Amino acid sequence: MPAADHRLTTLEVARFVAEGYLRFDALVPREVNEGVIDELKRLTKVKFSQAVLVPPKVEIEGQPASGTPLSRCYPAPSVLGEVLRLPEVLGIIASLVGEDPLFDHDFVHVVPRRGGGLQHLHVDALVDTSAPAFDIQLFYFPVDVPENGGGTRFVPGSHLKRVRAEHVAAYEHIVGEQYFSGPAGTVMVFHQGLWHAGQPNGSDRERWMYKIRLNPRASQVRLWNTDDLADVQNDSSDHCFATMRFDSVAQVLRQMQPWQNGHEARADLVQRVRLWRYLSGDDRFDADYYLTRLEQRAALLDGEG
Amino acid sequence: MAIRQRQQVLQLWLAEGALDTKVVAWAFYDGCGGDGPELPREKPPYSTGVDALLDGWCLLQAPQPPPHLRPGMEHETGGLQHQYVFERRIEQDV
Repeated sequence: MPAADHRLTTLEVARFVAEGYLRFDALVPREVNEGVIDELKRLTKVKFSQAVLVPPKVEIEGQPASGTPLSRCYPAPSVLGEVLRLPEVLGIIASLVGEDPLFDHDFVHVVPRRGGGLQHLHVDALVDTSAPAFDIQLFYFPVDVPENGGGTRFVPGSHLKRVRAEHVAAYEHIVGEQYFSGPAGTVMVFHQGLWHAGQPNGSDRERWMYKIRLNPRASQVRLWNTDDLADVQNDSSDHCFATMRFDSVAQVLRQMQPWQNGHEARADLVQRVRLWRYLSGDDRFDADYYLTRLEQRAALLDGEG
Repeated sequence: MAIRQRQQVLQLWLAEGALDTKVVAWAFYDGCGGDGPELPREKPPYSTGVDALLDGWCLLQAPQPPPHLRPGMEHETGGLQHQYVFERRIEQDV
């Protein structure tokens, strides 16, 4: 995030498109992490009551309703609001879903020490359409999460596959899946479609994670720091079986995960290209020529060739 | 002493639609309740589907070819495509 307003670079956003997540270690300062836990404890009581459809016994002043602009969520002196309004966090949010997106919902996920259950892989939406616009989810870990400490499991690169939420539960393990561990204050930002699951906590430390989903309310085209865009945006001839660049957006999008192999990976690449066309506003962008050759043929049939 | 049979089920998702391609995902269900032979949980139990056959697993189900692609849906992707289901029967003393 080299920009003064902490916005992401083009290649960072390209990596988000390719992998479905970005990770920022220890982004939130220690004193904020320490101050937020009491607030999360109160919010947990509310959320767990509501999750079982029981009126909560605790009230959170300023608790946002779905559809509230982020700037009006958790007003001062809320420490959680302080986290959400850190310039570094706002820069990430603004780069992907614009300034002041809408609050969708949030939740506090606590895994007790030496406890918690093994959750199946899932996505957080029932099913998504093929439209490229997307929500983001921030995963904020206010305390250290050691290895085997209940860190969220997730499958990089899974976010653009259209599945029902429960369908992916069948995959007990996928080659290349990751288990979060990292320092307090780490923020991960997920595309809404990334497959993930809660894990048991084998450590002696309580695992805390705050998750918030945000909806864009305007076009998501070129919201990041685009100072480098002209340098790295390749043209449609960038093709690994012809001539190619090694410093371009296409080269970032080509990087597949260990579970993405063979011909199926090419369909995954096409999905990434479609999302990049939307984000960059460049409907001629391509990687490895898959869409360009089809569009050229279609133009011939339409009499445009 | 009586002998009873229990089933272990192994699901392998392979990289492509051939049984000798690489394992990319897996799930193991143990009808022996942990008393039978085990499989590694944190890494692929086999490199390919054929390796599972070589270790004595019997193929129960192979994936069907995908339906004809509808116009406009040619590049859509969903769950992992190439799921093979295996079983082995384990005899236990009762």
